[in-house]
Amino acid sequence: MAESIRITTPFTEEMSRKLKAGDSVLITGTIISARDAAHKVMTEALARGEKLPVDWKNQIVYYLGPTPAKPGDPIGSCGPTTSGRMDAYTPTMLDQGIKGMVGKGSRAPEVVESMKKNGATYFAAVGGAAALIAKSVKSYTVLAYPELGPEAVAALEVVDFPAIVVIDCEGNNFYEIGQKPFRNFDINQI
Amino acid sequence: MRELDVKVITENVAEMCKEAAYYLPDDVYRGLKRGRETEKSEVGKIVLDQIIKNAEIAKAEDRPYCQDTGMTIVFLKVGQDLHIVGGDLNEAVNAGIAKGYTEGYLRKSVVGEPLFNRVNTKNNTPGVIYTEIVPGDKLDITIAPKGFGSENKSGIKMLVPADGVKGVKKAVMEIILHASMNPCPPMVVGVGIGGTMDRAALLSKKALTRSIDERNPMPEYAKLEEELLEMINSTGIGPQLGGTTSALAVNIEWGPTHIAGLPVAVTICCHAMRHAHRVL
Ligand code: SF4
Repeated sequence: MAESIRITTPFTEEMSRKLKAGDSVLITGTIISARDAAHKVMTEALARGEKLPVDWKNQIVYYLGPTPAKPGDPIGSCGPTTSGRMDAYTPTMLDQGIKGMVGKGSRAPEVVESMKKNGATYFAAVGGAAALIAKSVKSYTVLAYPELGPEAVAALEVVDFPAIVVIDCEGNNFYEIGQKPFRNFDINQI
Repeated sequence: MRELDVKVITENVAEMCKEAAYYLPDDVYRGLKRGRETEKSEVGKIVLDQIIKNAEIAKAEDRPYCQDTGMTIVFLKVGQDLHIVGGDLNEAVNAGIAKGYTEGYLRKSVVGEPLFNRVNTKNNTPGVIYTEIVPGDKLDITIAPKGFGSENKSGIKMLVPADGVKGVKKAVMEIILHASMNPCPPMVVGVGIGGTMDRAALLSKKALTRSIDERNPMPEYAKLEEELLEMINSTGIGPQLGGTTSALAVNIEWGPTHIAGLPVAVTICCHAMRHAHRVL
């Protein structure tokens, strides 16, 4: 089995361009959570010509869906949420300097085009592996939009956060590549 | 006549909500391990290792297995000789859901009205409660929280009798291919055949409460379960990123239907096949 590649943030375009679809990685450092509501607020602010409260240059964004934290824990179970819901906002956000995205599920063609242009990588965290992922999160600090509650933009200090490259900066898509060798089924043959 | 106080029901439902969210049933855990042994994709093996480890951590630390702790489906079988006292049965069940989801640090994922005004009810109520009256003086409760990543990929087809077995296979596989890697596979697939449109859907949900190791008692349906599982596992979907472990089991339940109909419903469940069962 292939060894996991260790990544330490900040995550630069140079690091991003070295990764290939299907690579397994362990991320250490700071990643930033943002999901539907935060994406909407941020893209609206940019449209008004405002500056964002967080510098997204060389950051990894995590589309995270957490359960409430138990007392004493930095975070509850926190697996990935469906990335596709962020697609409409993503090209604008990638232009802000984001070089990595972590979520689950496929992305729109416009997102893939913007990834190629910006040299960004899309990682999948394993859907439903929420308790395991929580173990790699050491701290949770709200950076902006506290009024969004669990959807606020927050910094997560992570150690060996497990993810897999699904779409690399050349647009290779492991959701397609990974299925092909094992596809031995044709619905018209039923 | 045997009496059962609603307070006991509330307490038990609360505990069962937590139990279901934290502890993956043993049959599903073993199914994941078997899948890991036979998985052919290298990335698929990595994914399955993470899913198995996730189940172990959730169980050891009383943590939600997945952050989508679901909409709470409750199957009640009420013995006709049981007298429920001290309040309203449905209110007692919903009070148990609210208590379990709050005390257990589970995510509250229910909005009170679906279209115009989607406001979160903040305690995961109401549950989807199905009540059946059965012989005896017991209350049999099954809690089956359902995440919506997989629920959104479920579906129903109203076939006609001439479509036959071939039509059923096609209908199921169309739904599976459309779902692809979105419902967090490896999936467990519940199929309801027959009844009316609503009955078929309910049968597909009930099918998921049966152990994944248990085949339908009627040999023809057992064979169909095996054949569908083999087809699903040769789609390449695999455990999310391609491979041979797309599903752990196909469970079929059937019911009498009309001379002119052949409804087929498919409920897709993700690997978070969480259940709790108690008899009071
Ligand atoms: S589909 Fe299942 S495993 Fe995936 S996020 Fe939803 S509940 Fe969790």
